[in-house]
Amino acid sequence: MELFNSESKKIINDPINVNNPISLQVLGICSALAVTIRLDQAIIMTLAVIFVLCSSNVILSLIRDYIPSRVRIVIMLSVIASLVSVVDELLQAYLYDMSKQLSVFVGLIITNCIIMGRAEAFALKNGPSKAFLDGLGNGLGYGMIIIIVSFFRELFGAGTITLPDGGAGYVLFSIPEAWYAAGYENIGLLVLSPGAFFILGLVIWTQREIFGIEEGE
Amino acid sequence: MGGFEDYLSIFTKAVFIENIVLAYFLGLCSFLAISKSIDASVGIGMAVVVVLTITAPINWFIYEFLLAKGALVWLNHLPYGLSLSYDFSNTDLSFLKLIVFISVIAAMVQLVEMFMERFSQSLYNSLGIFLPLIAVNCSILGGSLFMVEREYDVTQTIVYGFGSGVGFFLAIVALASVRYRLRYSNIPPRLRGVGMAMLLTGLLSMAFMAFSGIDL
Repeated sequence: MELFNSESKKIINDPINVNNPISLQVLGICSALAVTIRLDQAIIMTLAVIFVLCSSNVILSLIRDYIPSRVRIVIMLSVIASLVSVVDELLQAYLYDMSKQLSVFVGLIITNCIIMGRAEAFALKNGPSKAFLDGLGNGLGYGMIIIIVSFFRELFGAGTITLPDGGAGYVLFSIPEAWYAAGYENIGLLVLSPGAFFILGLVIWTQREIFGIEEGE
Repeated sequence: MGGFEDYLSIFTKAVFIENIVLAYFLGLCSFLAISKSIDASVGIGMAVVVVLTITAPINWFIYEFLLAKGALVWLNHLPYGLSLSYDFSNTDLSFLKLIVFISVIAAMVQLVEMFMERFSQSLYNSLGIFLPLIAVNCSILGGSLFMVEREYDVTQTIVYGFGSGVGFFLAIVALASVRYRLRYSNIPPRLRGVGMAMLLTGLLSMAFMAFSGIDL
């Protein structure tokens, strides 16, 4: 298969835009919100999810002809749980502080519906290379949303976006002093849980407005 | 470990102050999908209470006697003079906890479902369809993982599991009722559905934060 023909482009692009797993299919929100308090947490979480999603899609796609459909859920769960354990151990070994901050949410990648959903809907029906691209696309779609949400939460909640560099941290972006002089104050609510719900609600609204998608209720 | 007051404080915390949905974002997928109907919300809420109260202590026993560092030390003291000629006091299997917990949860959900079908047909009819759904509900696995992280003892774990379940129940029924009242209101078409549900959840979460002043 050619890597960048139109079909594989579609497999990667769709989940980022018109079929985004978080904002349009409403999957995997559980872990998405908890890690959006800081941008660096969101980036690490995105990488972890992309790794688990791509590997589980490829592995399940390779063994798809040998899985009896009655026990497929258990097999999917055990493949995903093993991959998540690997990620968890790697984080504890190389990024211990980050792993403490993410606490239980790394483990909760197992129950992230995106991963089970893609395995069930795509990996068990398609070949490994397509399944890999699908995993990548959905991982990037997930990452895009949580990075947008965490950007707003950290910038307007804490005033600066800081990336850890082993010391005091590298300030990537901050609210200009002139704003504070004019009476601006950090919005403390955004750091707390309700802020995450509000920002994600607005992101979902914006994205549906852009792609013209309505949901009947 | 304090007595009754300690348990009351864990319970209140789990239900109101650190509500598993509104403060920790766990179980949101089913929370958003099911809160369209009040009856279904009551059903899944009860199922979560039952399953959390059962799985949290079972996972506690498994973690405490099989997986945690030094947990296998009882193998050094087998009865009848049996000995395995290996020192288990430093064995640490805690890296297996994710796989073991999720398998225990899946198995328990299956067992609860079979048990209900056998002994209470009416309960099975109202809760049965929700049970397979909550095997992959983050709040169940999250309950077990928090119990390990916070180093609860067994009674605290039971109280915490039950409290978290009640918290989920309260939150989902509250959201379902608000969404029911909003059915005929004039919401911008593309905000309808999930977008609106997220904003409402944000408001609920703010309301529950008002409890955080309670100090027990």
